Amino acid sequence: MDLPLLLGILPQVLLDGLILGFMYALIALGYTMVYGVLEFINFAHSEIFIVGAFVGVELLLGLKSAGLLDALPWPLVLVLVLVAGMAASGVLAVTVERVAYRPLRHAPRLIPLISAIGISFFLQDAIRLFESLWRNAFNLVYPTMDVLNVRFELTQTVDVSVKSLVVIVAALAMLGVLHLLVNRTKVGTAIRAVAEDQAAASLMGINVNRIISLTFLIGGAMGGAAGVLFGVQYGLINPYTGFIPGLKAFTAAVLGGIGNIPGAMLGGLVLGLLEALAASYLSLLTGGAFGAEYKDIFAFSVLIVILIFRPKGLLGEVIRGRA
Amino acid sequence: MLRIDDLHVYYGEIHALKGVGLEVCRGEIVALLGNNGAGKTTTLKTISGLLSPRRGHITLEERSLAGVAAHDVVLRGVAHVPEGRRIFNRLTVRENLTMGAYLRTDDGIEPDLERVFTLFPRLKERIGQVAGTLSGGEQQMLAIGRALMASPRLLLLDEPSMGLAPVLVEQIFATIREINQQGTTILLVEQNAAMALEIAHRGYVLETGVIALTGSAAELGENADVRRAYLGE
Repeated sequence: MDLPLLLGILPQVLLDGLILGFMYALIALGYTMVYGVLEFINFAHSEIFIVGAFVGVELLLGLKSAGLLDALPWPLVLVLVLVAGMAASGVLAVTVERVAYRPLRHAPRLIPLISAIGISFFLQDAIRLFESLWRNAFNLVYPTMDVLNVRFELTQTVDVSVKSLVVIVAALAMLGVLHLLVNRTKVGTAIRAVAEDQAAASLMGINVNRIISLTFLIGGAMGGAAGVLFGVQYGLINPYTGFIPGLKAFTAAVLGGIGNIPGAMLGGLVLGLLEALAASYLSLLTGGAFGAEYKDIFAFSVLIVILIFRPKGLLGEVIRGRA
Repeated sequence: MLRIDDLHVYYGEIHALKGVGLEVCRGEIVALLGNNGAGKTTTLKTISGLLSPRRGHITLEERSLAGVAAHDVVLRGVAHVPEGRRIFNRLTVRENLTMGAYLRTDDGIEPDLERVFTLFPRLKERIGQVAGTLSGGEQQMLAIGRALMASPRLLLLDEPSMGLAPVLVEQIFATIREINQQGTTILLVEQNAAMALEIAHRGYVLETGVIALTGSAAELGENADVRRAYLGE
């Protein structure tokens, strides 16, 4: 086996894994924050994520046909697209909660879950219907901006593109802002209070429904940002693209400890790295017996092992109050 | 200050309060006594908006309070220290106290924080600590302190002695009396009738959803039925 070759590609593999991991982390936040306040898995979140990607591509295509894509400075374009995707996904998440989950708040737990799956199908096909009427297209390609594809060569075997840097910087910035919001502001403290005890929170004067809406807004916006970044990084989306990344992000949230915000970030990064490592090394290490297509099997096997030994997830520690 | 008339509350089909009426005047400590399941906690939860009455009136300072949402009742000057304390275990002591003042924007928050620390110096020592790691007595202090951060005119206390060692109970009750002397009206639910009647001005005895008896604390303490049923004679 060619050890220098194996080690030589490692930095590149880690970089790819990190990018994928940040994407999962951003999506996983939506699952984990909603679970934190409602103990409910929002299975429509994968579609809330992909709606962000579609709003992003529509805006980019609109700018392109207006001739503005190359006329405007590219960081401004990216910020515009990110904000639009975040706003659309955030508002959509709040609306879905209002229409499909809140009326079922006191129903048995399976009922809102089924409602979420229904919303997921509804959104997939609504996007498909809209795009087939509007563009007569199923797959949409993100318009490229030349600057995003510029690559910097770090070493002979490692290079990094501008769009990869954009994904990392944007994801880090959003995770940082979210961390400050949740841990350093009064409204963030209120979110954590509602997550722990809704009745006690309402006795403090906290409007619980408003905090729940806010949680969906933030989680949805993070998902929308991930959608735009996903489109920028991988280029091709269709109405069903959200499902697999959504499922993996949900897994990442469980891996980190569902309901735990730093856990979702960590779980996303771990899953992304595992997947990238498996994709590059499985085939090399097994002499081709297991190809890169086994990456998910490898990543999920590791997850199963981790969850056997830490069923609450990596950071899912429960602090029990004394009676 | 607080007046309740003919209050009926149901849990599904269970008729928990069957026409409860009581009154709390400004400056008083009123004790609400009774056995498990008599409806004491239900009464407090209905006042603070966690439960809605099916029938009856609750008026606070001449304005109706029945059916007002819990998060709006706080704005009317009522703070509720719920049964079992219900502090936020994963939040720090400081964050718990901040949540108590959630709706306030006035500049009285800092002085009120100092007031809470004067009443409960232990909380100041533990200010950065996660609340779930506090002892039972400290958690009760935090629950009361958190409620005081809303600067309430009426404080509802549900079983502040529950699960505490006798020496701590003495201490908590002395502080409750002090809070009252500083001008806060108190409605106190207690199973520890002896302690409650010691600091209360008046009391009500609740039996299976109806008020069975009322009088001054001294009268209730001498009542033969009360002594037999609640004071262990």
